Order: sequence, then C-alpha cells, then structure tokens
Amino acid sequence: MSLLDIRNLRIALDGVRDADVVKGLDLSIESGQTLCLVGESGSGKSLTALATMGLLPPVLKAIAGSITLKGENLLEASAARLRDLRATSMSMIFQEPMTALNPVARVGQQIEEVLEFHSDLSLSARRSRVKEMMEAVHLPDVDKMYASFPHQLSGGQRQRIMIAMALVMRPQLLIADEPTTALDVTTQAQILSLIRELREDQGAAVLFITHDMGVVSEIADDVTVLKLGEVMETQGVDDLLRRPQTDYTRALLRAVPSQVPRPPRDEQSDEVVLSTNALSKTYSGGGWFTKTREVRAAQDVSFSLPKGRTLGIVGESGSGKTTVARCIMRLIDPTSGTINVGGTDIAMLSQKDLKPQRKKIQIVFQDPMRSLNPRIEIGQSIIEGPLNYGTARDAAMARARELLELVGLPASAVDRFPHQFSGGQRQRIAIARALAMDPDVLVADEAVSALDVSVQAQVLDLLAELQERFGLGILFITHDLGVASQICDDVLVMQNGRVVEYGPAGQVLGSPRQDYTKTLIKAAPGRHWDFANFRPFAEAAE
Amino acid sequence: MSDQTATIAPPARMSPLVRTREIVLSSPLVTVGTIILVLVVLSAIFAAWIVPHDPVRLTPSQRLKPPSETYWLGTDAFGRDLFSRIVYGGQISLVVGVAAAIVAVVAGLMLGLLAGYIRWIDAVLMRMVDGLMAIPSILLAIAIVSLWGASLWTVLVAITIPEVPRVVRLVRSLVLSAREEPYVEAAIAAGSPTFLIMRRHLVPNTVAPLIIQGTYICASAILTEAILSFLGAGINPETPSWGNIMAEGRIYFQINPGIVLWPGLVVSVVILSINLLGDAVRDALDPRMAKRGLER
Repeated sequence: MSLLDIRNLRIALDGVRDADVVKGLDLSIESGQTLCLVGESGSGKSLTALATMGLLPPVLKAIAGSITLKGENLLEASAARLRDLRATSMSMIFQEPMTALNPVARVGQQIEEVLEFHSDLSLSARRSRVKEMMEAVHLPDVDKMYASFPHQLSGGQRQRIMIAMALVMRPQLLIADEPTTALDVTTQAQILSLIRELREDQGAAVLFITHDMGVVSEIADDVTVLKLGEVMETQGVDDLLRRPQTDYTRALLRAVPSQVPRPPRDEQSDEVVLSTNALSKTYSGGGWFTKTREVRAAQDVSFSLPKGRTLGIVGESGSGKTTVARCIMRLIDPTSGTINVGGTDIAMLSQKDLKPQRKKIQIVFQDPMRSLNPRIEIGQSIIEGPLNYGTARDAAMARARELLELVGLPASAVDRFPHQFSGGQRQRIAIARALAMDPDVLVADEAVSALDVSVQAQVLDLLAELQERFGLGILFITHDLGVASQICDDVLVMQNGRVVEYGPAGQVLGSPRQDYTKTLIKAAPGRHWDFANFRPFAEAAE
Repeated sequence: MSDQTATIAPPARMSPLVRTREIVLSSPLVTVGTIILVLVVLSAIFAAWIVPHDPVRLTPSQRLKPPSETYWLGTDAFGRDLFSRIVYGGQISLVVGVAAAIVAVVAGLMLGLLAGYIRWIDAVLMRMVDGLMAIPSILLAIAIVSLWGASLWTVLVAITIPEVPRVVRLVRSLVLSAREEPYVEAAIAAGSPTFLIMRRHLVPNTVAPLIIQGTYICASAILTEAILSFLGAGINPETPSWGNIMAEGRIYFQINPGIVLWPGLVVSVVILSINLLGDAVRDALDPRMAKRGLER
C-alpha cells in the first residue's frame, strides 16, 4: 500500500455551489519516491498540499474524497491528531524561507522547539539531535549557526534550516511547496541535491510542488500534471518528458525555454542606441554621525546595444543587474561613468535636462500586479507619458487603442481597471505603455519572471515581434538562462556588481570561458533536456 | 492556456451611495451610532428652532432646578436651561471637531507628501515633528491658548496643531512605501512632473487611511475642547460648550449632578459614535477586506 493515497479529492469555496478549485484529484506516493505536482498558477497544486497537512484556509473546504496517510484518513482526523501528525509523520517546507522562520528567535532553538513538543528527549539530547540534523543539511559551522538569527543567514541557508526543521522528527512524508523558486540557480541546485540525498538516507516520500519543468526533470520519479484543479496525466518522469499523453502537457513542455542559445542573427544595424562606459553605483550609507560600510552595487559596467538587438544581463540576486537597469533609467543616480542614449550622456544630467531624454528609453517591470496604478483606467496609464510630452489627449488615446490591439488586447479595454486583467495581460499593458513613448530602447527588468511558462512564451514572442517592427533595442534583465538563450543576441554575465563575461549569446552561453558562467550554466535545472522536442539533448546530437 | 483569449472581467464599481449604505448597515452598533450622530448634527444646526429657552438668559429665581416640564434637564447655577445649553454647546463642539479634522488632515497631507518624497525636507521636518510629539498635546494646547488668549480661533489652532504630527507621520509612511511601487517608477520614467506623480499616484493611496484618521481626530478634538473648557483654558465661559457646562457645574455636583452628567453623557456617546463610524469606514476601505469579493 502507498504511503500517501489521495482519492477523488474535491476542494471548494465554503458554502458556494459549483466553485470547486480542486476537482476529483487522485495521487499516491510510495516511500522513498518523489512525486512532482506540476501546474501553472490556479491549478490547485498548493491547495492539495495544504489539504494534506490540514492547513487549508478557512474559506476553503475539502468536500469529498479521502487523503490517506499510512491507512489513516486525514480528512476525518481531529485538529489535535493532525497537529501531532504534522511534525512526526509529515512535514512541509515553503517557498519563502524568510517569512517561514521567526525573525526574533535563534534558528537552532526554532528547530529544537519541534523536538520539545513532539519528543521526550532531554535538553542536551535535543541539542545534539538538532546539531546532527543541521550537519545533515550541510550547514557550515553548526555551533555558530545554531545561535544565529534568520536575518544573518543567506536564502539558501535559511531554506536548509527549514528543511532541517521539517525532517528533525524523521517524518515519512515531506511536502515541498516550490522550495527553490525564491532561490538563485546555484543555491537551487544544492537544495535539490540535498532533498534527493535526504530522501535516500531517510527513506521518506516527497511530494514536490513546482511549476518548473527543469526542476521536475532533476528530481521527480513520477509526475502528476494539474490544470485548473484537474489531473491531466500521471506518468514516470522519463515517459512524461518523452511521451506526454495530453495536449496540455505537450504545450507546457513546448513552452519551456531551451537552454541552447538561438542561432545568431545577422548584424542588422551599426547604430548604437544605448551604451555605458564604466558605469558604477556605490551606496555609502550612514547619516550625519555614523558611517556604514560602502556597498558597490555595480562597478565598471560597460556595454553597447545596437538598434534592433537584444542584450541580456544575467546574474543571481545581488549581482547588480537591477541596479544597472535602474541607473540607466535614472531611477537612481549613478556614482560615476557614462550612459549614452542616442548620442547624449544622461548619467549626470539634472532632472530638467533629463526630461527630453526620458522618452527614448522605457521600462517594463517584473511584478505585473504592481506595475499599473490600480486606481486609474489602463488607458489613462498608457497616455500619461505622451501627455507629458505635449501630445493631445485624443491623439494619445487613439494611439493607446492601437497599441492595445498591437499587444493582443481589445482596444475597448482602455477604460478597464488593472484588477480586471490577468498577470500576462497586465504585462502586455505595461509593454503598451512603454511603447506609447516611441522609445528607442526598452528595458525589461525580469519582465517575464512572474508569469506562467505558457504566458511567458507568448510575452517573449510579443517582444520579439515588436522588436522586429519598431527596431527596438531591448535590454533584457533576467536570472533565467533559458529565457536569456531564447531572446538575447548578446549576453552580459554579472556577479557581485562586476561584469564577468560579455559577448555574443552563442559564445557566452554555449562555450563559456569564465568559471562563474560555467557554474551558472551547470546549475540550471533541466539543461540536459530538450523539452520542446521531448528528448534529451544527448540523443539529439547522435 | 492563452492569456489573450482569457475573458476580461466586467467593470465592477460601486456607487458612493451604495457604498455609504453598506458601511452604515454593516453592524447594528454602527447604525445606531450613525443615527445618533445625525441627530446631534441636525440639532446643532437647527438649535434656534429646537431649544425651548434662550441658552444665555439668566433667570436667578430658577437656579439649580431639577428636571421638570419647563426645564427638561433642569437649570444651572444662573438659572439657564441646561437642555438648551447642551444643544447649543453641540455647535461649538462639532465645529471644533470637524474643523480640526479637516485642517489637520490637509496640513498633514501636504507636509507628509513633501517629507515622503523629498529627502532633505524629510530630515528637517521629521525632527520638528518628533519635537512636537514629545510635548503632551493638552499641555501644548494650554500653552498656545494662554499665549494668545482664549477665543474660538486660538482654541481651534491649539487643538489642531498637536494633531498634525500624527497625520504627517502617517502620510509620510504611506508615501514612502507607495513611491517604491513600479507604477510610480514607470511614471517617473515617463517624464511625469513631481506634482503630477503626487496627485495621481501618491495622494489616492492616502485617502482611505486619512478618512479614518480624520474621524479619530474629530473625536479627539471634541474631547480636547471639552477638557480645555473644563480646565478653564477654553473659549469664553459665556458661550455654551460641553466642556464649559461641565466646568461650571462641577462645584454644584452635589446639588444638581445633572449639570455635569448630561453633557458628559453626550460627549461620551458622540465620541463613541464617531469612533464606531471610523472603524466601519476602515473595515470597508481596507483593501484586504475589499479584495475578498473580487478574487474569485
């Protein structure tokens, strides 16, 4: 019998008819196996996990079916029984390790607390058990780490603490809800191998929730694909990636950006629309009386972007890629260096002299929920820029309608509010807003990172199409090497505020020279798989 | 799969009238509070038609009378009708409350916007605000009144000034978080002038918290005015205000306790009603509460 067996699970909004968000889900996991639950946002994958843990929010109820852990139906278990099971038989790790830890308690004590409530061990026995566990998750300098506070640790270390906390009672079931989504690729690779290792050592079953096919290919034994609360298919990972049974899975796999750089395009233009020379930004904090450590967020960043080409800036968090973007937009003031936009150095211009230049360079942000003012109609958001430069209101509005159609939305949407659109639609609106200024350069700061992979592919296509049409130079900032290899002509790799490697995409991502770039590429999950063609790259080469 | 074909939700906007009705009917306490407030406001406005007696006419033969058919709540030490004085007192109290709330909110909004958006102003202004907040507001008000002499205007200024720092801090913190929003940065990138950014993108974020803060300031100003009058630092004792009536009645408490208790009851009930209404508005405007209906 399976360790965890979910049969015909239905979850619905409490008291609302026909509002099922999970519609008859079946899945089962054996001990020592990893089942990946894959789906886009709204597929009900996290709700399934929460239902298993007995942690559904009060507005949602499991209205039918059963969740059986070792022969015990969890849906009928009392709150006290569930609390007991949660540490000893099943446990869960979450996406955001910062918010899942108590910021004012030492991390060692937070792990020890689990033992305190669920075991009869003495204090010293608990301590040594916690330290053993911290060593098992490969935390360095365990004695010092034990007494640290969460803010003193890096994201990866915090996630290791969460895993240690989840596994300290040796549960048979570990539920991991997007545990690596908020982490850098190199850290992600370490955490994935840690989960694999612990699964083998402890023989636990892992229910791994993710939206990332790359991660699936690295960690899964079996895969269940969910769409809007319904199971599309369940297969072994190799079968699923090679022979998906449903159109949905095929479409999902085709949308995964390949790690292989696209073939280089012919040099279209020698006209440079944006270039920087030795651009640097140093934060020297402190007030009137104190002086804090200087932070060099960006140092000596130089590049040039020709008309109609795409330059990708890739790097992990803290590498300074967003700092560069914000300097170029003059949202922050650079410390030194030049920023040349269409022949004018804007790095040190005053706000007044800057205004005529701002038109030439526009930005699309990462978070589609926050990049439009929720209180004004999207038409008003789009025409705000043109109005600032003296376009008549009627003409600007007519242009806004055209632009909306251009980005694939109905022109009549101009008087709708942002909350009436999905994330992908809002990102299209943000692109339309940027285009309304007729810019020469578009800066896309992680512009597709918050989108589902199918929507992401559509937005990337849209950007490519607009680039073709308007000859836009695109500065594309991303942490995702797959996306970078699909869209970029040139790639600039940053680490700790410095440029590590800069050159044509095929060269930098295909045959990197620097160790750091090699590490990044090696850490990218699923790099051996050619998802779109349903086969590993190794076979394609044969 | 496709976000292009996904349906766009139909426009959903509530008219202000429906919204107000919903707030007032949100709980029986709020409904009762609103009715009381409306009655008090109407009686203050139409005081001249309501009161049975002239509130300042002295009738020495009728001093300190208990409630009767002629004098509904009895009379004070000078033989003035207590009910009439309380109704007229409402005029002063409500004017002070509403005016203090409006002035404090508007002044606080301006200063808070500047502090939140322009860095060097922030450094200077917030230290001044810190200094102002270090002085207890009643003491500050008494100091201002004794400096300039008691009149309706000085009392109003004295009550409003200590309320401003709270609003400045509130607006500043709202602006500080709102200016980090990508849509504000997009507006900067689109070349929008600072004034436009403040008006379009920052001020709307402050409206809901300011309405709520305004109701609390209104309640607290009414109370402060009563306290100032009670302490003898308020407006001219001849003019009836709830605090004045109580101050005058204090020494006759054992003979006719109604002189203190009735205006005290009115002050308590009015402040309770305003606070209840403030809470109801807060619940209605809180985006977390408002979102519930939209998500699914």
